[in-house]
Order: sequence, then C-alpha cells, then structure tokens
Amino acid sequence: MNIQKQYMFDLIAKNLRIDGRAVDEFRPITIETNVISQAEGSALVTLGGTKVLTGVKMEVGEPFPDKPNEGVLIVNAELSPIAAPTFELGPPDEEAIELARIVDRGIRESKAIDTEKLCIEEGKKVWIIYVDIQPLNHDGNLIDASGISAIAALWTTKMPGYDNEKVIYEQKVGNLPMREKPIPMTFGCLNGKLILDPNIIEENAISSRITVTTKDNGNICALQKGGVGELTMEMIEEAMRISIEKGREIRKLIKTQ
Amino acid sequence: MERMNNRKPDELRPVTMKVGILGRADGSAMVRLGNTVAIAAVYGPRELHPKHLQDNTKAILQCNYAMAPFSTIERARPGPSRRSIEISKVTREALEPALFLEEFPRAVIDVYIIVTQANAGTRTAGINAASLALADAGVSMRGLVTAVAAGKIGDEFVLDLEGEEEEQSSCDLPIAYMPNEKKFTLLQMDGDLPKEDVEKVIKLAVKGCEILYEKQRAALREKWIKEEI
Amino acid sequence: MKENKKFVLPGELIVDSIDFLPGKNCYRMGNGIYSKRIGLVYTKGRVVEVVPLSGVYTPEVGDMIIGEVKEVQYSGWVIDINSPYSAFLPLSGIREYIDPAKTDLSRIYSPGDMIYGKVSIVSALKTVQISMQDPRARKLRGGRIVKITSVKVPRLIGKQGSMINLIKEKTGCKIIVGQNGLIWIDGGNIDLAVSAIKEVEEKSHTDGLTNHIERMLGGTNKKIEKAYEQEDLEEDEEDNYIEVGDENGKNEQ
Repeated sequence: MNIQKQYMFDLIAKNLRIDGRAVDEFRPITIETNVISQAEGSALVTLGGTKVLTGVKMEVGEPFPDKPNEGVLIVNAELSPIAAPTFELGPPDEEAIELARIVDRGIRESKAIDTEKLCIEEGKKVWIIYVDIQPLNHDGNLIDASGISAIAALWTTKMPGYDNEKVIYEQKVGNLPMREKPIPMTFGCLNGKLILDPNIIEENAISSRITVTTKDNGNICALQKGGVGELTMEMIEEAMRISIEKGREIRKLIKTQ
Repeated sequence: MERMNNRKPDELRPVTMKVGILGRADGSAMVRLGNTVAIAAVYGPRELHPKHLQDNTKAILQCNYAMAPFSTIERARPGPSRRSIEISKVTREALEPALFLEEFPRAVIDVYIIVTQANAGTRTAGINAASLALADAGVSMRGLVTAVAAGKIGDEFVLDLEGEEEEQSSCDLPIAYMPNEKKFTLLQMDGDLPKEDVEKVIKLAVKGCEILYEKQRAALREKWIKEEI
Repeated sequence: MKENKKFVLPGELIVDSIDFLPGKNCYRMGNGIYSKRIGLVYTKGRVVEVVPLSGVYTPEVGDMIIGEVKEVQYSGWVIDINSPYSAFLPLSGIREYIDPAKTDLSRIYSPGDMIYGKVSIVSALKTVQISMQDPRARKLRGGRIVKITSVKVPRLIGKQGSMINLIKEKTGCKIIVGQNGLIWIDGGNIDLAVSAIKEVEEKSHTDGLTNHIERMLGGTNKKIEKAYEQEDLEEDEEDNYIEVGDENGKNEQ
C-alpha cells in the first residue's frame, strides 16, 4: 500500500479524515440554477472542489412502445478531459455510463418526473427529456454532484411551446411537471468504515463505494455498489440510515420555481 | 398472493448448473435459472497485451457481459449497449474481490459471459456461471461468488424474480454474495421501498445465495470427481 | 481436518486450527485454513497444501520445460513456455560461446524451434529466464508435441517415473515430459502414446490408474504385471500422487 493510502487507513481507524471532516459529513455544497440560457433547465453544483454542470433539453419524439402515453427520459454523462487528466476523449466509457445510469435510476424509480403529463399524442408524440451531465472538475464524488445537479436542473426546467409540429424554444409555457427530489448519497469504504462524499484523494484509496438514493418520505429508490471491495450487511444498513438523514438536508437546497 | 408457476415467495426457479462445457476455454460453465440461461468462459491467467496495460503488482480482470440477439423476445441488436457495459463493470467488480490477483502480476484473466436466454436475473445467472468458470480454470479464489435477485410483490417479499414478475415488483434488487465470508460484492436496486423493507429483501436474497452456493459446489464436484475406473 | 487426498473446492474449510500452516494453494482466514483451488488436500506435518486439478503453469526455478522459440533478439531468444509469462533465454544461458556481433542468433535457435531447457530464474515480477546449460537440455527435432494441463504432469510421470516409463515401454517411444505440460514424443507407436497420455490427464485423480493405463496399452508380460500390481497396492496405502516436500515427481524420467 502506498504512503498516502496507509496514512488515510490509519486516520480512519480513529474516525478521522484527511480533510478533517466527520465520517458522515459532506463537503460545502452550492447549487445554482438557470445558468445556461439555451437550455430548458440547468444547474451548476459545486461539492467541495467538484463541479458538475447539467443541462436539460427537450424535444418531441416517439414514445417507447410499452409506454405510449409517457414522456421519455434520457440521461447521459460526458467525462471529458477538462474535468480530470485521467479522462480521455471518446464515447462514454463504463465509468461515464455507470454514472449516468445511477442518476437515471434515482429519477426514474422515484417517478420524479410526471411523465404522463408529457404526452402530446398517445402512441405518436411525447416530450423527450435529455439530461446531459457535464462534470467540469473532478475532485471526488461525481455521482452525488451529478445526481443533485440533475434533479436541481429538472425542478427549474421550463417547458418550451409546441405548435404546428414544431418546438418553439423561445416560448416558456410552464414548469416541467415534477413530483419528487431523489438525492443520491455516496459513501466510500475505507478500512471497513464508511465515509460520506469521498474527495478525490479518498477516492483513490477506497476499495469500493455504495450509493443510496432516497426520496423525501425516506424510501430508498436506488442502490449501487461500485468498486472491487466488499460490503457487509451492517455497512449497507448504516449507509441507508445516514442517506435518509443527510439526503433531507440536501433536498432543502433544491429550489422549485 | 399467487406467484407464477406456483412458486413460493422464497423459492428459486428451477436451477441447472454445468461446469466445463466448452473445450477451448480454460474454464467454463452454464447456469440456468428458470428460463434464463447464461454461459461463461474464462481464459487465463495469460499474458496481457499491450504491455502498457500490465499491472506489475497483480493480474487484471477483464469481464464482458453480452446478450445474444436471439435471447430476448424482441431481437436485441448485437454489440454493447449502455446496459451491458454497466453490467460488465458491476460483474467484474463482483468477481474481483474473490480472486487472488496478486499471484499473477502483469497477467490478465478474461471472463466472457453470454446470455443465450433472457427472462430476468441475467446478470445474476452470469455471475454464478463466471464464478464456476473461474474455479474450473484453476484461478486462485478466496471462495465462490453467488448471485440472485429479490423483490417485493404486493406485501410479499419474493426471491428470484422472473421476467413477468419484474413489473409487478416494487423493487428489483440483485446481489452477489460470498457465503463463506458473508460479504456482498454486488448490490444494486431499482425500486421504491422503505429502508426496513430493503433490508428484508436483501436478507431474502442472501438466503437464495446460500442455496445456490451449494448447487455451485455440487456442480463443481460433478465435473471434477470422477467415478473410480 | 480433511483427510489426505480429500477433494476440496475454492473457499472450502480444510482445518479450523491455528496449529496448522497454509502451504501452496491455501490461505488463512481467522483460525481456519481454506483452499484456493479445486484440488486434493495434502498434509505434511503442520503444513497443509492443496494440489490443484486445473490451472496454468507457474514456472519454478529448476523446472525442466519444453518451449517454443518465438523471437530472436540481440542478446537472446524469447520463449513461449505455455505460461502467462514468456521466458527469455539469454546468450549466457547456452553452452556455446557466441559473439553476438558476429553471429546471426537465428542460426542457433529460430522462431518455431522447440527446446528442452531449464528454468534458471523467476523474479518477483515473474520474469522468467531459461538456461540450456543442463546436460539434458537440447533442441528437439522431429517427433510430435502434445500438451496437457501442467498440474497433471506429476501424475503422468508417476512415482519415481513409473507411469511414464510404463508408457515408454509399451509404445517403444522416446518421451520427454516438460514440467510446463508440453510433452515430446518420438519413434515407436506415437498415436498410442498420445492416447495413453491423454487418458492419464483425464483420469489423473482416480485410483488404480497405472493398472488401467497398462491394460489400455494392451497385454503385458507377467513379470511386469506383477510389479505394477504391487505398485497399485502401495498406491492405495500411501500418498501415491505426490508428497508435500517431494519434488512433485520432477525430473524422474
């Protein structure tokens, strides 16, 4: 084990973290919405040094055959080299895909978007919602920063007009119909202990992570273990318990319009 | 509540496991859970090219999960999808903790999983098969990795969801678990449940894994213990 | 404690006691010793080992191996030894003195050549060096090469060479067995030798194998039959496969 990792291992044994935070403390967070003028919705989240920008764009298209009267949600993440020297150009790799799918899972399973209100013509035309996640700086825990920016952007998204089979982007005809604010909370596993919101140095030392996405009523709507370590039942229970509590704190910061 | 095929809530689908079914691979296995069938092939440890990918401290584990185009009711387009890429990743992360990769620095172990029939639980069938194939190939392991999914339909917690049950279930929770260490190496959930329910679903899945673990061991014995001649 | 030759699976508990030590292919978790592989348990004193039934060849210093020359480089040759690690035969490892500036090294060994040599160095990073200095080392010409999984080699050689000598006698072949699972056969009834070798590989962990192979190779004279009968009896009484601390049946052919 390298020196840095060993140092963090020794610290966490005493419940200390390299930046002085408590094990269940997340870094200072800011959420700014409506930062991109051409997008229907947008949010810039900073979580410690991590910065993620998410934009929401809407189009009209065909629904999925098995859900003919529901709008369609598509979440994508681009891990570009601007955010970290370890990212490479090219189509999304497994890390980018997993990130997008975890965020998607939280929004979809919590039914955060009222997709039935997005039907224009059953079976033929529905609103397609593109949530595009663009990390700008990777200082650890892209998952939570991305999930929070996605839901913050959606809650301030304004629907464009639709007339004569064309989307009129200049018009803002109302808010995107939203119901829930799913918040992901990610823990790193370090020396058998859970640390909430790992920063980039901690991320390079942890053996695995667990993300718990919660709803306001305390329900769990998504779980994801990542990395090559192992979890015990106790760790899973603890992660869920802390996520419900801390998720509520973050949820208060999500503005609605 | 009546489940399909008269299954009890904590009952697995009919399970078949066979080890050593492919001749060219170093290790192989087939696992069938009801109508879901996955085949896994393992190559390695073997030399890793290109050299710059080599890790001087341990072997690299590479894992590829794919669905055959004919495996689903509507043909699945060949080639990786975002879903299959994610599953490849979480599968690799489910198997890696069980392997002594440090024994083979600079080498690679390749795991290939193909789902030939898909009726829910494909990633869990794949992990069960891959675990058997790794043991079959003689890769050093801390223990076997077992996987199964569980959910909740109405008020009942149910084990090993099959295709048609996925929609009725308020959650789909696959796990990969190492029974001899009591640790989880894969944990995912789609759903909407209170924490206490999630814990019950996980514990039910653990019970399912303990049963499947014995079936894995029996399958390995079946191939490797031959009758006296 | 699992008795000797007991079949174990990865993650299976062999003994739950700190009085024993984990040897090859075993690991300790808590107080217990567990198997890392599919294999058979062997104990010698306090050391518990598992002899695996499958797996790749991991080179060890002193192994005599059969390898294929893959590449000619300035100061030696790259050899494929049927292992996750290719090996290097340096100029210093051959018997003749060569001036590399004046000699075309491919005239000594060229890609495709099969050699029988010794593993002289295995580093911590598992880089492997071969030497041709051993008197038994040589280039193999003609004949046929057969591959078996390397973990079965001790069984193919047999206790003090009994199995391989049986096959040599019955088929009239010259046979060289590399520790890495490659086998060279020449002269005599090569096909019969190959079948016998494959049969040993397939049935390696069953009892009474020598008898079975002997019957398979068809007919015997009574004296040899008696000698093998006696050996089979001894097989059933002791560890007939290999012993912990034994040279794994190495170099006894």
